[in-house]
Amino acid sequence: MSVSGKIFISGLGAVSPAGWNVDALRDALNQGDPLPTQTLERPGWDKPLPVRQVPNPATRPEFLTHPRLRRTSPITHYVVAAGLEAAAQIRAKPDPNLRLGLVVCLQSGCVNYSCRFYGETLKDPATASPLLFPETVYAAPASHLAAVLGNISLANSIVGDPATFLQGIALGGQWLEENRVEACLVIGAEEINWILADALWHLERPAVLTAGAGALCLCREPEFSAGVELVAITDAHTYSEGDGRLGAAKAMREELRAWGGPASPEKLELLCDGVGASPHADAAEIEAWQDWTGPRLSPKCMLGEGLMAAAAWQCVAACDAVAVGRFGAASVSLVGSNQQAIGARFIRADSDISRLSHG
Amino acid sequence: MLFPTTSLAPTPPRVVITGAGIITALGRGWKPNAEGFRMGRTAFRPVSLFDVSRQRAKNAAEVDLPATLPSSRLNAKQTARLDRAAAMLLLATHEAWQQSGWEPSENLPIVLGTTAGGMSFGEAYFRQAVQRPGQHRQQPTRAIYYQPQVQARMVLAALGSNGPVTIVSNACASGSNAIGHAWELIRYGQAERALTGGYDALTELVFSGFDALQALSTTVCRPFDARRDGLALGEGAAVMALETLESAHRRNAVILGELIGYGTSIDQHHLTQPHPEGATTLTVMKQACATAGVMPDDIDYLNAHGTGTVLNDSSEAVAISHWAGPRAATLPVSSTKADIGHLLGAAGAVEAVICLMTLREQWLPPETRFETPDPACNFPIVQKPGDARVKVVLSNSFGFGGVNASLILRRWE
Repeated sequence: MSVSGKIFISGLGAVSPAGWNVDALRDALNQGDPLPTQTLERPGWDKPLPVRQVPNPATRPEFLTHPRLRRTSPITHYVVAAGLEAAAQIRAKPDPNLRLGLVVCLQSGCVNYSCRFYGETLKDPATASPLLFPETVYAAPASHLAAVLGNISLANSIVGDPATFLQGIALGGQWLEENRVEACLVIGAEEINWILADALWHLERPAVLTAGAGALCLCREPEFSAGVELVAITDAHTYSEGDGRLGAAKAMREELRAWGGPASPEKLELLCDGVGASPHADAAEIEAWQDWTGPRLSPKCMLGEGLMAAAAWQCVAACDAVAVGRFGAASVSLVGSNQQAIGARFIRADSDISRLSHG
Repeated sequence: MLFPTTSLAPTPPRVVITGAGIITALGRGWKPNAEGFRMGRTAFRPVSLFDVSRQRAKNAAEVDLPATLPSSRLNAKQTARLDRAAAMLLLATHEAWQQSGWEPSENLPIVLGTTAGGMSFGEAYFRQAVQRPGQHRQQPTRAIYYQPQVQARMVLAALGSNGPVTIVSNACASGSNAIGHAWELIRYGQAERALTGGYDALTELVFSGFDALQALSTTVCRPFDARRDGLALGEGAAVMALETLESAHRRNAVILGELIGYGTSIDQHHLTQPHPEGATTLTVMKQACATAGVMPDDIDYLNAHGTGTVLNDSSEAVAISHWAGPRAATLPVSSTKADIGHLLGAAGAVEAVICLMTLREQWLPPETRFETPDPACNFPIVQKPGDARVKVVLSNSFGFGGVNASLILRRWE
C-alpha cells in the first residue's frame, strides 16, 4: 500500500430532509429553496411545532434486514445509511486487512428512546421496556454501524455542540496519521422528537428542527480519493466568559485565513457556513464573516437546524462541491451553540490551489 | 490547530500524573477513598434520590454531597446551575487541580467521559414538559446545562481556565477512553498537559434501565463470585492532571504515577453483551501492554471491569486467562465495583485513581464479600486487606455498545 501522508476524502454520505443520499442533498441545496415543513405535536399544546422530517425512503433500505437493526431508532438508521454511502468506495475493493475507524458525533443523540423509556419509567418502572434502554446510550448508533460493517477496529462516540464534528474529523485524521486505521468514517447525526423540538423552541424560537446524518470517509490511499483533500482544521476556539461566541468565531476565521481559507474570493473558493437557524444563533458567525463576498452556501437555510447532523451536512456539501468540480477549494465555518468555533478547509486533490496561502 | 498535527516525535514524551481527585460513595477526596478501598468497605444503602419502590433493586452507592461547593471563580448563579453530576465533577477536579499546583490557563484541554452528563436536568425538563407543559420556568436553563460540554466548560471556568473540551461517551468505557485520549493528546504533541477523567450521577432513567434489564443485583454485588447475580449502581467522579514528564520536572511537581499504556477497540458481538470468549478484551489488554512495553508477568494487580453480571465476568475471566497465561495463577485481581458499584461513565476514571492509590500506598483493594470462586476464574481474587508490592497495574473498562479499553499505570519511584 502506498500512502502519501495526505488525508483524502474517499466518500460522502447524507440522510437529510431532502432524502437518503448525497444526490438528494445536493439537489436540495442547488435548488436553494427552504424545504417544506411538517408539524410535530407536543404534549399539552394545541399548536404543533414546525419541523423538517426525514422522508421515508423510496424503498426499504437493505441494511434494515441486519438483525442488529431490528429495534433501533431513527438515528441509528440515519448513521448506518450515511456511513454505508460514505464507505462505498472503500468497501468496493474488499480487503480483509482493512482496519476501519469510526467516530460518531452527537449533540442530543438518542432522544426518541430516551423519552419513551423515561416516560414508561414514570408511569411504572416495573413495566418499562428493557428493549428500549440500551438504545438510549450515545454509543448505540456507533455500535450498530460497527456490527453492520464488521471491520471497525477503533470507535469513539463524542458529544458536544455542532462544531464538535470537526473535532471528530481531526480525530479520524489523527488515527490515520498514526497508522492505526486505513480509513475512518466520521459521522454526525441527530433525530427528531417533541422534547428536542420543545427545547429548541425555548432557545432559538425561529429555528426549524430537522434530523438526519452526514458522513465523510477519510483515507490516506490516493487510489480511494474522491478528489478531495483535507488541508486544515483550525484549533477548537472555546467560548470564554470574556468574548464568547463572537471572539471565537473571529479567531477561527483568522486562523482559517492563514491557512488559505476564504480570504481571496477570486480563487473561487466556497464558504460553507452555518447561518440560517435564527438571527440570534447566527449573529456571531455573520459578523465574523461580514467582509466575505465570495460564493457562500448556507445549508441550514434550506434544511433547518439539524444540530450535529447540520454540521456534518456542511462538510458534506463543501466536499461535494469540490469533488464535482464546482470549486477548487471549500472552507467550512462551524460556530457551535455553546462550546466552540472550528473551521476546516478542503481542496481539490489534484488542484494547483495553494495549500498554504502564506506558504 | 487540530489538523494537521505536529510531526510525531521519534519517541513520545512520558506522561505523568501530578494531580488526582476522586469522589465516590466512600467519601470525598483521596484519603477516605483510599482508606475505604484498602479495607474493602462497601458503601451501598437504600436509594434516596428517587422512588425505587417499584424496582427490583433497592440499593445503590449514593454520594453525600457537601452543603457547599469549594470556592471557585463561579458566581452563585453559575454554581446553582451545576447539577449533581457537575457538582461531583467540580469536586474531583478541584482536588486534582490543587494537588497539581497548576496555574489558570486559557488553553487547558479537558477530556471527560460520561454516559449521562446532566441527565437530572433532562429528567426535570421531561417531567415539567409533560406534567406542566405551559410552564417555561427553568426549562431553557435545563436545556443548556444538561449538556456535558457545557458542564466541562463550567468546571474549567471555576478554575479560572478555558480550553478545548472533548466529551467521550462510549458508555461504561468512557472514563478510560477519556484518559486514554488525553494521554494520546500529550504523547502526540498536541498538548503539554490536560485534565481528564469521568463523571456520572445516579439518575432514575439509568437505574430503571439497568433494573428493567434485570442486570441489577437483588442481593449483594459479588464480581467473579460463582453466585453473582448482577451489578450495583453507584455514582461519582474522578479527574487526573496529566502532563509530560518534562513539564512536571520543570515545575518540580510531585509526581503521583505514570500512565504508560492504553488500548481500545470495539466488540461487535452485541449491543449489551460481551463476546463470550472476551476477544476484544484480550485485544485491548495486549494493545495496552504493547504501548507500555510490558508483559503480563510485569503486571502486579489487575483492576477488573468486573461488574458482577454473569456474562461480563465470565467473558472477562476468559480474556484475562488467555492474556495472562501462566501468570494468571498468581495475578491478583479484584473489582472495586464490589465496594462502590458501577459508576458507568465515571468507572474507568475512578478505577484509574484507585490503581494510582495502590501504586502510591502499596496495598491491594479486596472484595470482602467474595465467597465462592467461579471455576472460570483461574486467577486469585483479592479477598482480604493487605499490603503488597505494586509497581505496574492494569485497569479494564467495557461499555454497552462494545467499546473496550485498558489502561496501564506505573509507580513513580
